[in-house]
Amino acid sequence: MPLSEQSLAHAEELVARYPQRRSALLPILFLLQAEDGYVSPAGVAQVADLLGLTRAEVGAVATFYTMFRRRPVGKYLVSVCKTLSCQLRGSREIAEALTERLGVPLGGTDQSGMVTVEEVECLAACDGAPVVQVNTENYERLSSQEALQLVEALLRDEVPPPTFAADGSVTEPSTAALHWRLAGLGEPPEQLTAGEGDR
Amino acid sequence: MTEQVKVLTSRWDDARAHELDRYMELDGYASLDAAFAKAPEDLVQLVKDSGLRGRGGAGFPTGMKWGFLAKGTGKPTYLVVNADESEPGTFKDMELLERDPHALVEGVIVSAYAIGCRTAFIYLRGECGWAGRRLQAAIDAAYERGLLGRDVKGSGFDLDVVLHRGAGAYICGEETALLSSLEGQRGQPKLRPPFPAVEGLYRAPTTVNNVETIATVPWIVTKGVDWFRSMGSDKSPGPKLFSVSGDVRNPGNFEFPLGVPAREVIMGAAGGMLEDKALKAWTPGGSSTPMLTGDHLDAPMDFEGIQAAGSLLGTAAVIVMSEDVCIVNACLNFTEFYAHESCGKCAPCREGTDWMRKILVRLETGQGREDDMDTLKDICDAIFGRSFCALGDGATSPIVSALQFFRDEFSEHVSGGGCPFPGTRVAVGAH
Repeated sequence: MPLSEQSLAHAEELVARYPQRRSALLPILFLLQAEDGYVSPAGVAQVADLLGLTRAEVGAVATFYTMFRRRPVGKYLVSVCKTLSCQLRGSREIAEALTERLGVPLGGTDQSGMVTVEEVECLAACDGAPVVQVNTENYERLSSQEALQLVEALLRDEVPPPTFAADGSVTEPSTAALHWRLAGLGEPPEQLTAGEGDR
Repeated sequence: MTEQVKVLTSRWDDARAHELDRYMELDGYASLDAAFAKAPEDLVQLVKDSGLRGRGGAGFPTGMKWGFLAKGTGKPTYLVVNADESEPGTFKDMELLERDPHALVEGVIVSAYAIGCRTAFIYLRGECGWAGRRLQAAIDAAYERGLLGRDVKGSGFDLDVVLHRGAGAYICGEETALLSSLEGQRGQPKLRPPFPAVEGLYRAPTTVNNVETIATVPWIVTKGVDWFRSMGSDKSPGPKLFSVSGDVRNPGNFEFPLGVPAREVIMGAAGGMLEDKALKAWTPGGSSTPMLTGDHLDAPMDFEGIQAAGSLLGTAAVIVMSEDVCIVNACLNFTEFYAHESCGKCAPCREGTDWMRKILVRLETGQGREDDMDTLKDICDAIFGRSFCALGDGATSPIVSALQFFRDEFSEHVSGGGCPFPGTRVAVGAH
């Protein structure tokens, strides 16, 4: 099963936070992604059983939100903001440079399974345009060249410090760790922070 | 000249303000004793008297919104903080949470006490990692110190706060969609009435308030109504965060009293135009508010002043466009956003935004037709006021205003066989 015994216990912990079980659906889908890499059909079925919902209900929710993925995602998720303030500062050039380097279309993952690149809408950091995120941490005011260097480092499994590292901003070491954090379960366990390239 | 003020931003320059001890040294949580010394209904009255208006875009009076909460229903009352900041150009709430997360927690405690809420939810965007960790750490620290949980600071008042992460959907900033999402459903808006104040989260009385709004409440409790009203105008009082981005030298968040002239925000605080280019257009409150031009720079940036200029204050998110920006391309960029973010529930918005996108693409790529401008206007008329929620209305704002001020530029795209601006480009794909 996609969610292990241990994760099912964590899921119940999430359910207990809310007056109604169904409210834990989004956190549990993040937990599923942390464990399984994406929202798989088997995962949908398991979460439906867990919350007393139909597969259609869970699938309808999972497909509504952009952060739930129906295909495995790389260890590092590189998100390039495409909205106007970032476009004015060159975000389209960055997206083009990165997709060309990785040899994949937007939304694709490079052959090694390390880096997924996507364009996203406004990331609420427009003063730092153009904004690129790695696992939702900001790398701001990058040139296309700097964005390429960032991705080269990620391909080597190295994570350069984000823009506000000196102020305490830290990049999650893997998408699995990121999704664990988004589930609301606190510090990710060590096996998730290591994260294999192909998850 | 209007001086910038330091209220919500007063702790932003302190690198340790996010730590509970440091926050308290900086007078943090000072409003709790003052609040608990009052009856809850007196706090609601205080916020009403202050004239505080919601900082999330609509500008509805906060105290009045609280006053609408149904009483005696036998159900809990919920406070839900809207931290789903996603309006293009808006980045104030995230910086507040990154720099000064306890300011929101303090506001939640005081506000929850005022409205009789025992469980509060904060719905925070999934995409903002740093803000998320900072806020969770602040909540955890507040629990450890007895500022949350049972018997908050010995007051007898119990409060739990749950941080709930969104998963990527602009529509969840709309309050009924946000509540649907929090209930574990697709984030689609619901018909009102019933309003959330009567039937909101779990069909119980609920108020949904923006981060900046809630973070402002403790200041009103501590410093009083007269102090608050000493800033801004009678109808739009208090300090306000302004997010400025785009073609300016010094983009960032700036705090001014409401009513500051736009010129002082753009040409003053934000450093003026990048490379001394001419200003072509600007949004006063994010992409959903009609664009204005250089002729409107003396407009006071408050709810009434911007409305008189023909637009809306929205989230006070100023996106500045220079003479180098193709207005058709800017419209296309915004329209791609709305087409992507439309939740699909109602036809005018779902279909209309995509048709507008297609027409703008063809104008940009030299396939435009003479009647495209009229068709765009027709589609806007079919969306505006006929959509289920404000997303549809917002999607028409850039196009209607651009046609009003820059119609000739649209025509040039037709007569000239495409975009006359060098370097502007159409999407790489994917959306």
